[in-house]
Amino acid sequence: MLSGPVIITVALLYLCLLFAIAYYGDKRADQGRSLIANPTIYALSIAVYCTSWTFYGSVGRAASTGVDFLPIYLGPTLTFIVAWFVIRKIIRISKVNRTTSIADFIASRYGKSFQLGGLVTIIAVVGVLPYISLQLKAISTSFSVLLHYPEIVMPSTSASTHFLQDTGLYVALIMALFAILFGTRHIDASEQHEGMVAAIAFESVVKLVAFLAVGLFVTFGLYGGFGEIFAQAEASGALSRLFTIDGVAAHTSWITLTLLAMGAIVVLPRQFQVLVVENVDERHLRKAMWLFPLYLLLINIFVLPIAFAGLLLFPDGGVDADTFVLAVPMKEQQPMLALIVFIGGLSAATGMIIVETIALATMVCNDLVMPLLLRVGRLHLSDRRDLASILLMIRRATIILVVLLGYAYVRLIGESYALVTIGLVSFAAAMQFVPAIVGGIYWKGATKTGALAGLTGGFLVWIYTLLLPSFARSGWITQSFVENGPMGVALLKPYALLGLEGLDPISHATIWTMLVNVGLLVGISLMTSQTVIERSQAVQFVDIFKRTAAAARVWRGRATIGDLRKLLVRFIGEARANAAFARFERENQRDLHDRGPAGSDIVSYSERQLAGAIGAASSRIMVASVLREEMHDIDQVMQILDEASQLVVYSRQLEEKSRELEAATTELRAANERLKELDKLKDDFVATVSHEVRTPLTSIRSFSEILRDNPDLEQAQRQEFVSIIVKESERLSRLINDILDLAKMEAGTSEWHMADLAPQAVIEQALAATAGLFAKARYILLETRIAADLPPIRADADRLTQVIVNLISNAVKFCAQKDGRIQLEAWQDAGFLRVDVKDNGIGIAKADQQKIFERFQQAGNTLTDKPQGTGLGLPISRQILQRFGGEIWVESEAGKGATFSFRVPLSQSAAEGAVTFEREPALD
Amino acid sequence: MLRPSRTRELLIALFVLGALVFAPPLLLIFNKATRFFGIPALYFYLFAVWAALIALVAVAVERPHADDDESDPQMPGREHGQVTGGPTDA
Repeated sequence: MLSGPVIITVALLYLCLLFAIAYYGDKRADQGRSLIANPTIYALSIAVYCTSWTFYGSVGRAASTGVDFLPIYLGPTLTFIVAWFVIRKIIRISKVNRTTSIADFIASRYGKSFQLGGLVTIIAVVGVLPYISLQLKAISTSFSVLLHYPEIVMPSTSASTHFLQDTGLYVALIMALFAILFGTRHIDASEQHEGMVAAIAFESVVKLVAFLAVGLFVTFGLYGGFGEIFAQAEASGALSRLFTIDGVAAHTSWITLTLLAMGAIVVLPRQFQVLVVENVDERHLRKAMWLFPLYLLLINIFVLPIAFAGLLLFPDGGVDADTFVLAVPMKEQQPMLALIVFIGGLSAATGMIIVETIALATMVCNDLVMPLLLRVGRLHLSDRRDLASILLMIRRATIILVVLLGYAYVRLIGESYALVTIGLVSFAAAMQFVPAIVGGIYWKGATKTGALAGLTGGFLVWIYTLLLPSFARSGWITQSFVENGPMGVALLKPYALLGLEGLDPISHATIWTMLVNVGLLVGISLMTSQTVIERSQAVQFVDIFKRTAAAARVWRGRATIGDLRKLLVRFIGEARANAAFARFERENQRDLHDRGPAGSDIVSYSERQLAGAIGAASSRIMVASVLREEMHDIDQVMQILDEASQLVVYSRQLEEKSRELEAATTELRAANERLKELDKLKDDFVATVSHEVRTPLTSIRSFSEILRDNPDLEQAQRQEFVSIIVKESERLSRLINDILDLAKMEAGTSEWHMADLAPQAVIEQALAATAGLFAKARYILLETRIAADLPPIRADADRLTQVIVNLISNAVKFCAQKDGRIQLEAWQDAGFLRVDVKDNGIGIAKADQQKIFERFQQAGNTLTDKPQGTGLGLPISRQILQRFGGEIWVESEAGKGATFSFRVPLSQSAAEGAVTFEREPALD
Repeated sequence: MLRPSRTRELLIALFVLGALVFAPPLLLIFNKATRFFGIPALYFYLFAVWAALIALVAVAVERPHADDDESDPQMPGREHGQVTGGPTDA
């Protein structure tokens, strides 16, 4: 039933099904209806972590060392507990920088360094080769074992067969073909392969189902549950040693394996690919945080039962424990189950190979080959039209090369190792990336030189302690290199460096590589300094959650938008380039004209788009070539300027704010003072008004009482008293009128009838109104000198009359009792009407000259002298004149008379020939 | 019940717990040739603790308002290379 053609047909059909899923996934992605935008698919795609190693190797490992296989799955579980900050941070950084691979990520962190990107790529390729070879070995072994069904025959070592007859070679070529089909059909600006992710998720389901099927069959079909298997194992005696882990070496190994796996789950190129690059939404991480560990738990539950079943069924050791998963159902005559297991193992292996080679191809292309080609000026690569096809060619060649190298490794070296041991060599290599990444995203001080030194040192130690000994095993190097050290120097024995003995090679290598790697990274970083671009990248990486936006760089390029579009077209094709530009236009609501100058935002945007296709380092070089700028300098300078100017802006804003605050405080304080003063004035006013009102009231009341109480008063006396009462009443009503008048004016509620007036008319009206006064006081001589042709003024006629009347009556009141003289002069004075009223009376003391314009303030001693009026005339006059835009003042010397002067601006119409009503002086 | 804003602390605590229970000193308590429910003690311990840890993580992150811990807005998904978020302490 299970002949070769049947197995091959089923296997190929399965691969075609995968391809169909991938094709469908890509199509859905192009339609914008993503198949993988779902956290469960995301978690399943991460399960590409479970390869043939898990599927076949775990059982093999469990059969030899017991539960020792488990740290490889406990480590990722631990890492995923903190995925919410660690992995999400890496994802966020990668999205902002459009990172395409782990090499790109590290290069980008350390100043988009192309040396570092290249170094990481080389380490990744070399380090991962054993891992790929492991998959190839697992497929070809499982195929050969299944081929001999129902007999269980271990395949002869492939080294003895000609490589053209070796199934391994054909497996490798088919895998390469599929990887090419999956991952390098076109260049995508985002470097995401939705179809591939969908296929990987499907594979994860297949391998889990297959493994659970065989596990259930063994545990509950062959035996009566877990208890029975372990009971039989215990009964057999020798096997119960696997129930425990013993010895310092085993404990050290346990811890090292946990640590290796903790790192590997993120930094293995394929894990970085599915976890970070292919992530479509960082919120998916939340579900993956428990779903992926759950997957690991499920796929491991039956490892121990199968291992013990295998050991019990094949006690003589003739069957390789790595094939127990397949051999047990075969032994039990279950061809269908065996086929399912084979497909499950194929799933596990193909998933790994496809994602790993695509990730490596992207790295080799973007971080190794392209930067080199672009730097070789002679090739004029940057002028070539169609670079997309060159990129694809590089990637396809890389995939074939990597797979064939993996095949070479398995053929030359891998045969003698167990699956897990081969895989762990790769884990130890990948672990070299951890210090550079963790340091990179949590320590701003890590420098490019430090990272280069750490990676190089760790990688060299890895080669010395793991890779070279494996070569020795294959006979390339003499075996005494491992046993006695190079040239017999025991301290340099690769498995016991500097005398560190008693550990397994993996733990030994991990300890040394990490010591050297972390030591150099930290030490050199502390001793070297960062360039500007390194520092800005470091800040961006470490503070990714604190940044508001990717720092927009300032460019001073002479390129046009058309140049950028052409550049993008060359790398990612016409359609995708146009789509990218259309998206930019949409998001920024701007029209891009090919002839327009390329602003910094569109340049950064293009650089990021390009980085998605060819990596950050290459993208920089390309964009710089278009901008025809010595970008290193300008970029660095601009970044400094950018940061500095941001700081300056902030501090300016701060200063501005504090100044405003200070001003506001001062204003408030002034307003408060003014309010207090006003409050006091109001109190004074009320007190004064009461006093002023009471004086006439008192005399009215007392004279009225005299009249009432003395009915027999003489007629003349009575007449005199009544006239006093009338006079005081008049004074009282005048006082109240004045108070009301002033209050209205101050409140701004009085009505004003502004008009253009002829000054003569107003003055004459005032003189007419005061004629009565002069009639009473005949000893006073009034002289008027009014200039002829006075231009009109803008004022309220009644109010202005009031002012003049006020001044004249004041003059009359205070005029000398003998030979009184009052002079009224009016003339035009520099745009104003000027009026002087001069008397020769007692004058006003200097101290009183300001006071008399206050309310109820009169010159002299108000307590002893009889009040001469209400004390409100001058304040009212001042209010009126201020309203007209004029002013009033007094010049006087005590005993030599006083001159009251005021001036009122001439009418605008007089000055400009046009009437403007707006110009009204503000009231105080 | 824990406050929603404690997600971060909760996860770190679970991580430390996991690191402790999966490492030798505590592990060695169960490193004996006895069996629980027919299963070797060490195997039983590892798988039981593992399952419990996964369950705790699931509860921690799937609680309602577990997201309230992060003050930064989510990434708008693919296609947009730029983050438009505000400050955060994540």
